[in-house]
Amino acid sequence: MAKRDTPMLDELLKGPYPSFVKELYKVQERKPMVQDLLGQLEDSYEERIGHWKHGGIVGVMGYGGGVIGRYSDLQDKYPNVAHFHTMRVNQPAAWFYTSDILRKIADIWEKHGSGLTNMHGSTGDMVLLGTTTDELEPTFQALAKEGFDLGGSGSVLRTPSCCVGPARCEWACYDTLKLCYDFTQEYQDELHRPFFPYKFKFKFSGCPNDCVASIARSDMSIIGTWKDDIQIDQAAVAEYAKAGMDIQADVIDICPSKCMKYDGEGIEVDNHECVHCMHCINVMPKALAPGKERGATILLGAKAPIMDGALLASVLVPFIDLNDPDEVEDLHELIGNIWDFWGEHGKNRERIGELIQRVGMSTFLEAIGLEPEPEMISAPRDNPYIFFKEEEDEEEEE
Amino acid sequence: MAEAPADRITDVGPPHYERFLPPIIKANYGKWKYHEILKPGIMVHVGESGDKLFTVRAASPRLISVDTIRVFADIAEKYCDGHLRFTSRNNVEFLLTEEANIEPLIADITKEGFPVGGTGSGLSNIVHTQGWVHCHSSATDASGIVKSVMDELFPYFQEKRLPAKTRIALACCLNMCGAVHCSDIAILGVHQRPPRIDDKNISKMCEIPTTISSCPTGAIRTADKDGMKTVEVSEDLCMFCANCYTVCPSMQLNDPDTDGISIWVGGKVSNAISEPKFSKLAIPFIPNNPPRWPEVVDAVKNIIEVYAANARKYERIGDWIERIGWPKFFKLTGIEFTRYHIDDFKHAGWTYKRSTHLKF
Repeated sequence: MAKRDTPMLDELLKGPYPSFVKELYKVQERKPMVQDLLGQLEDSYEERIGHWKHGGIVGVMGYGGGVIGRYSDLQDKYPNVAHFHTMRVNQPAAWFYTSDILRKIADIWEKHGSGLTNMHGSTGDMVLLGTTTDELEPTFQALAKEGFDLGGSGSVLRTPSCCVGPARCEWACYDTLKLCYDFTQEYQDELHRPFFPYKFKFKFSGCPNDCVASIARSDMSIIGTWKDDIQIDQAAVAEYAKAGMDIQADVIDICPSKCMKYDGEGIEVDNHECVHCMHCINVMPKALAPGKERGATILLGAKAPIMDGALLASVLVPFIDLNDPDEVEDLHELIGNIWDFWGEHGKNRERIGELIQRVGMSTFLEAIGLEPEPEMISAPRDNPYIFFKEEEDEEEEE
Repeated sequence: MAEAPADRITDVGPPHYERFLPPIIKANYGKWKYHEILKPGIMVHVGESGDKLFTVRAASPRLISVDTIRVFADIAEKYCDGHLRFTSRNNVEFLLTEEANIEPLIADITKEGFPVGGTGSGLSNIVHTQGWVHCHSSATDASGIVKSVMDELFPYFQEKRLPAKTRIALACCLNMCGAVHCSDIAILGVHQRPPRIDDKNISKMCEIPTTISSCPTGAIRTADKDGMKTVEVSEDLCMFCANCYTVCPSMQLNDPDTDGISIWVGGKVSNAISEPKFSKLAIPFIPNNPPRWPEVVDAVKNIIEVYAANARKYERIGDWIERIGWPKFFKLTGIEFTRYHIDDFKHAGWTYKRSTHLKF
């Protein structure tokens, strides 16, 4: 087949940043599917509209998620992308690979699909972009033989993801890779089979810098933090000063809770006032470090706008020690309670954050068995519409 | 349905990450002491043991071919005993123990078309969605705009510095698979007209009650048109979110003449200094202008340059705007303030100015 003429896309071969068009060009000689993708994409660029249809449930046997069905609406013109389904493949925690396993995945996708991928998709999966319905099951089994499984899509637990954590970061306040892996294994059924009103995401960040955007993007956000004092190496503080850092301006004055002092010799922190924002530690990584009593804050309810507006996650459990197996067990129990309540009361396509907005946080806390705590709010209510409950013991008196 | 073969593998989950960790990471796991950015794109992490792990971070278009995956594998084998990873912003990172290998690795990966950078107070890769490459509801392309913006702002990916780290994200419709709602700069595809209903086929293609309940504003009602069971949309209530189209293909929303891009600013996810916050509307609409979207590129560049010239050290875009005030942001950037900037969705009053703290 002749190569497609793509003058508009060719404009995107120019310039210093890596070009996705160049990636399509790399495989098009041997992949008629990619030639048709280039043709259809060029049409989209000329006409300023996409040419993909959704609909039609496709997948692998026994799973309700992991494959996104996609079909061209220009099938006569571009028959090789009549089917162009995506497979989401559950990434290894923190996206570590060896060249050996990447070559095996490349060979599988060379054989069964378009040869195009996203490393990675927004939720964290390795995304294999474009294949036909017939190839889904063989691809899945070829990947499974290498130890890989599909990720989530639709109304399931979506593929959990985590930051680089203790593998390569001194700020990790818990083992994000381990927790992410353990949770993913624990909830395989929920990941592959739709039980929920809508999607549910876990994201694991090792510190409040939140490198996987868990507070904005996950229904349950697990963000590392610490309870005790920031660790200070005063000799290293002096080194920073000697090297020309303006510690007063760049660190002390910017501290959001104004809990730090610097007298030209050393740094002093009023740790009970610290809000654990990370700024001072970010700026002086050789001199300052999170404390030793480490754990995480659990937040709930973040989501993008659809349907009822975007939400950031809010505090559910101010501090949990994730090294304590009993506390981790309690967290799983809490998750079970949350899913039970959501399953019973959630409307179709209602995320947990929206359900909480609808029924009220107090009702939700009571249902999942958590006591209200002042850390859960930025301020108490400023309206007087209090839904008082009749005191239970009054009835006893009667 | 065909019976599953006896040796079929399911529910194994992802491979254990330890399979892929380099020995230096296994030896120093949880025992890193500090890290430094040696130059843009190059980091060293130093363990309590004194071990040094070097990282070379290179840009990626996110959409990569198996050929490129093999190139990354070649380079990882040549310099890193085969060890590499990817980042949450789709960059590739090579993990080295030999400092002497850094420069040759940079030369090799640059020659392959993947420049090194993306660390610290500058731009990293743009998190983005599928766009016209693979999405049914996109109001714009994703990869083409990302490429065009990053070409123009390329110096900030490498040596040129900004007051603080600056994170750009792009989502090609309100579904926000790229969750752009907490980015320093968000490029968001928007539709402007209500769905066009395929009256003839909707009752066969879609579950009508599900379609009706999918609408966040209750704009969809059942209707009977010439005996056909269909729906109608109240145009006054439609906010063009495409939620109905996602559950029902007979509610086509894409339109070449009215689809385009909006620009949002000042969001962040990190807790550093200030609390995480949403991005807010800067520019309600820019028409699609492929292949290189010059108006979008100029708009983003303008915001970056005004921010670079005016913000204080360590101030993210949102923190800078909160300090100077939104009126000044619009004045400094020359962006027109319109009726669309004033929220009129639920709880809109939270964004009204509720004090006399004004600057003149």
